[in-house]
Amino acid sequence: MAKIIVVTSGKGGVGKTTSSAAIGTGLALAGHKTVIVDFDIGLRNLDLIMGCERRVVYDFVNVINGEANLKQTLIKDKRTDNLFILPASQTRDKDALTRDGVEKVLNELAKDFDFIICDSPAGIESGAMMALYFADEAVVVTNPEVSSVRDSDRILGMLSSKSRRAEQGLEGIKEHLLLTRYNPERVEKGEMLSVEDVKEILAIELVGVIPESQAVLNASNSGQPVILDKESDAGQAYLDTIKRLLGEQVPFRFLNVEKKGFMKRIFGG
Amino acid sequence: MSVLHCADLSVATLQTLLSAKLAQAPAFFLQAPIVLNLNDINQIPDFVSLKSLFTELKLVLVGVTAANPEQKAAAHAAGLAVLQAPKANVKAREPAPAMPPATSAATSSAGVAAVAATMDSKVVEQTVRSGQQIYAKGTDLIVKGAVGAGAEVIADGNIHIYGSLRGKAIAGANGDTSKRIYCYNLQAELVSIAGNYWLSDSLQGKFWGKSACIKMQDDSLVISELV
Repeated sequence: MAKIIVVTSGKGGVGKTTSSAAIGTGLALAGHKTVIVDFDIGLRNLDLIMGCERRVVYDFVNVINGEANLKQTLIKDKRTDNLFILPASQTRDKDALTRDGVEKVLNELAKDFDFIICDSPAGIESGAMMALYFADEAVVVTNPEVSSVRDSDRILGMLSSKSRRAEQGLEGIKEHLLLTRYNPERVEKGEMLSVEDVKEILAIELVGVIPESQAVLNASNSGQPVILDKESDAGQAYLDTIKRLLGEQVPFRFLNVEKKGFMKRIFGG
Repeated sequence: MSVLHCADLSVATLQTLLSAKLAQAPAFFLQAPIVLNLNDINQIPDFVSLKSLFTELKLVLVGVTAANPEQKAAAHAAGLAVLQAPKANVKAREPAPAMPPATSAATSSAGVAAVAATMDSKVVEQTVRSGQQIYAKGTDLIVKGAVGAGAEVIADGNIHIYGSLRGKAIAGANGDTSKRIYCYNLQAELVSIAGNYWLSDSLQGKFWGKSACIKMQDDSLVISELV
């Protein structure tokens, strides 16, 4: 039975697509057959982050409208086995998605895949609701600042009231907090909310803390999920996140300011 | 809703019995909707004078239950609702335990069997998230989690919040100034009792971030720490 995970946040620009790409890739690396579905109809980005923008022929809306089948539309990732992408349509808008259409596509994907990652658009309108409606689990991507935290709180409210599980009275969606763009130095200076602050406000279980890192932007620009950059702090933090998503206990890293060593202090670094 | 079981519906008897009951907790039944259970009554009560008695006692007679057809007609004529007797339904499904005779004898001699249990408080098990609104109509509201910034909790009764209060809390929404707000950690955007409100600016001070009780005293809100 496939597990549907929505990556959502309410607020835009906090790292939903980056995280969807990293989580999808990480799960595939761990041997699970995974598909990442771009729900951001009209603002297609996932293909760029995954580096498959030139291979998009058909898209999600084509499949819903019966203009193409899934086999034609899914793009197989070239670097990672077990990983597929279902791209969004760039020429349509969010209203092109219908609940029945989405359900049909997700049901079909569920036959073949272990994990279905739904990359949600920003906002709380129909597109975002469509992405979270069928979810079993949710990764709520949050930046350590007040507006992002409040928007995440709003989305958590939606997850517990507007999802299929809520409407049918099933067990609630399992919610995970993923804190991105975390900068311990700025937390120490009091310019950013700390992990503890955010956890206290949102009151859900923490699945990962991704440090603010140049590696993320580099990865996006080169169309390669940052999780593949295993040298980078962000890549390692995402790898830890995947382990936690799969139920392993992993201590959190990159939460404190790194003390500069003697050599680094002299020679810079 | 409160249901009144009574063996004698004469205005005089009811007045003495109810006044005594209400004197125990005057605010508790203030403007409470009351349903009369006519199970033990055979004649047709004088609904019109009963209605004015209830109004006098600051209660609202809304309807009757377990009425026979003649009583139903009279209740309709007096503008009262006729409600299905819930007890009968329950009995049909599971046999109710026999009433201890001693109690029934005692209560029937007292006339008023019981002003039955009041409405249950509304209980919210989780955190109330930003954008959510919860209204406890005619009763207390208990929130086990926090109330997030941008969330609103409203109750006609008291509000108890066992997490942090970061949103808005409005108690005594139908104008009852005796209601209170209790919270474990006060960081509210707004607190209001019976329409008297304070914004977070007025709440900054020694109670901010602490457990607190907010109530009305001499036409003004007062905060005190919970101990």
